[in-house]
Amino acid sequence: MAGGMTYTAVESESLQTAEIYGKALVELGEKHPEVVALTADLGKSTKIGEFQKKFPDRFFNVGIAEQNMFGVAAGMARAGLTPFLSTFSQFASLRAADQLSTDLCYQNVNAKVIATHSGTSFGQAGSTHHAISDLAVTRSIPNLTVICPADGIETYNAVMAAYETPGPFYIRINRGFDRTLYKDGNYGFEIGKAVEVHQGTDLTIIACGSCVFQAVQAADFLDKADGLKIRVLDMHTIKPIDRDAIVKAVMDTRRIITVEDHNVLGGLGSAVAEVVVESGKGCAFKKLGVPDKFAPIGLHEDIMSELGIDANGIIEAVREVMHADFELDEDWDDEM
Amino acid sequence: MPLTKAEWLALEKKANELRNLCLDTTYWAGSGHIGGGLSVMDILTVLYYKYMNIKVEDPKWDDRDRFILSKGHAGIAYAPVLCDKGFNDKEMLKTFNLSGSKMGMHLDSNKVVGVDASTGSLGHGMSIAVGTALAARLLGKDYKTYVVLGDGECDEGSNWEAAMSASHYKVTNMISFVDRNKCMIDGRTEDVMKLEPFCDKWTAFGFIVKEIDGNNIKELCEAIDFALENKTDKPVMIVCNTLKGCGIDFIEDNYLWHYGAFDDEKYHKAKDALAASYAKRVARAEKEGV
Repeated sequence: MAGGMTYTAVESESLQTAEIYGKALVELGEKHPEVVALTADLGKSTKIGEFQKKFPDRFFNVGIAEQNMFGVAAGMARAGLTPFLSTFSQFASLRAADQLSTDLCYQNVNAKVIATHSGTSFGQAGSTHHAISDLAVTRSIPNLTVICPADGIETYNAVMAAYETPGPFYIRINRGFDRTLYKDGNYGFEIGKAVEVHQGTDLTIIACGSCVFQAVQAADFLDKADGLKIRVLDMHTIKPIDRDAIVKAVMDTRRIITVEDHNVLGGLGSAVAEVVVESGKGCAFKKLGVPDKFAPIGLHEDIMSELGIDANGIIEAVREVMHADFELDEDWDDEM
Repeated sequence: MPLTKAEWLALEKKANELRNLCLDTTYWAGSGHIGGGLSVMDILTVLYYKYMNIKVEDPKWDDRDRFILSKGHAGIAYAPVLCDKGFNDKEMLKTFNLSGSKMGMHLDSNKVVGVDASTGSLGHGMSIAVGTALAARLLGKDYKTYVVLGDGECDEGSNWEAAMSASHYKVTNMISFVDRNKCMIDGRTEDVMKLEPFCDKWTAFGFIVKEIDGNNIKELCEAIDFALENKTDKPVMIVCNTLKGCGIDFIEDNYLWHYGAFDDEKYHKAKDALAASYAKRVARAEKEGV
């Protein structure tokens, strides 16, 4: 989405990602009287308190009852309101999965789920509050657009784009502060289009969420230390995935690493792998993420380090994949 | 608006037509959820032919009353109503459940005209109804939202989340029904998972509860009139004691007929049973109506 972003990187660093969402929601609420906000006793945690203060009649806290929240939102949406549902990713994607699928997506209503505390970002709370399966669940539900923004600025863009685009959305954001990737919002955010945030031809890292910042750090380091030119794609939209950017990465770099704060099964890595395999082209490939186990407890950055989805882990993986053998396809002419 | 004898008889006639159409649809489809379809038919009939403010020529009219069939498997009863009203071609009923049809056993609101919510997975309808009713309040509209739950469905915890919110938000523009036919797939409700004291549960959740014979047109109308005139801040729940398979004596009150099929012989026997049941119901209306 071009324009509209009123926050700079400096402001973004002083705000938690969910706070930026909260402000975006107020902005939407001021412009559009049909926007309503729902939560399941997580109004404070998901930072939508300002909306509640400004528009108390359009704020609904249904209590700790996520299934009901999704059904209520579906009814509101069908009657002409635009509900924004705010709860933790784990509960939005699993506790209320049937309602998300049936009430919101099967009925294809205009409702936006902003799922906070995604991945392992609520690290110390442990696996009951980590969401490592939400991308796998949500990206397999028809009609649902799935977005995992890289930072607060991209979260703003994603929320605004979701409002502008009819249909159900699932936007997963982190708890707390995110490292700021973008200087400002005017970088051409578009649903379904990856952003090339670091140029390179030796290998492509395709990342989403907080892993994009880590990937850029890794790419900068590898340029200086190893002379490697690493392309980094911010694959903010998990569905519909940017097939063109992935196939181009296969063609241009022949080596791809995916990085996500999610189980390596079913999320970004799987989505990219599907495109790579369907392209029929040879490509060294590695998925980084939560290795199909419940993640440890700790600070988010410590968990990311242990899982190898921080800059150090990514550097290690790049060096490994640069030495990986794969069968080259000599027939390059048919490839574009 | 008290029910006149003439209205009562007209509604009995319509309910009988619709029961026959439900049986025909089950026969054409090869099988169907006829037990729960026939138990809920009188509720559908009074709502669609006496109370609901809808426009067949403008099915998405913003001010229309809404109807949400939370027990979505009763699509075999709902589809005949929507076709008879003229929302969809009656010929569609002959394709019910067949490959390529727009009418599956749980009706899709994006495919079947007049359906306000896609249901099937149980325990969803009342939440959607609460949202629909809250939207009316915010948008300044005075439409009513009617929702029908199955009793077996009330095992689902999500209903009670919805009930709490209906009560908390004083959703009095929503009128709720439970089709209490006391049967579910695997047995009688009280054997599979005890619901009683059922009315007390709804009362405890903040509803005004009316318990009636849900296969009695007059009692249904009286209960709906009561709900429409409700001036309290509590929503109304009408617990409708019904008979599974109501109208076909050899399947009535038998949980094994949750889903069933009719061969030619059974189909004709069922037709005769419906005719006999209709005659009894007409006699009652003639006697008790004013």
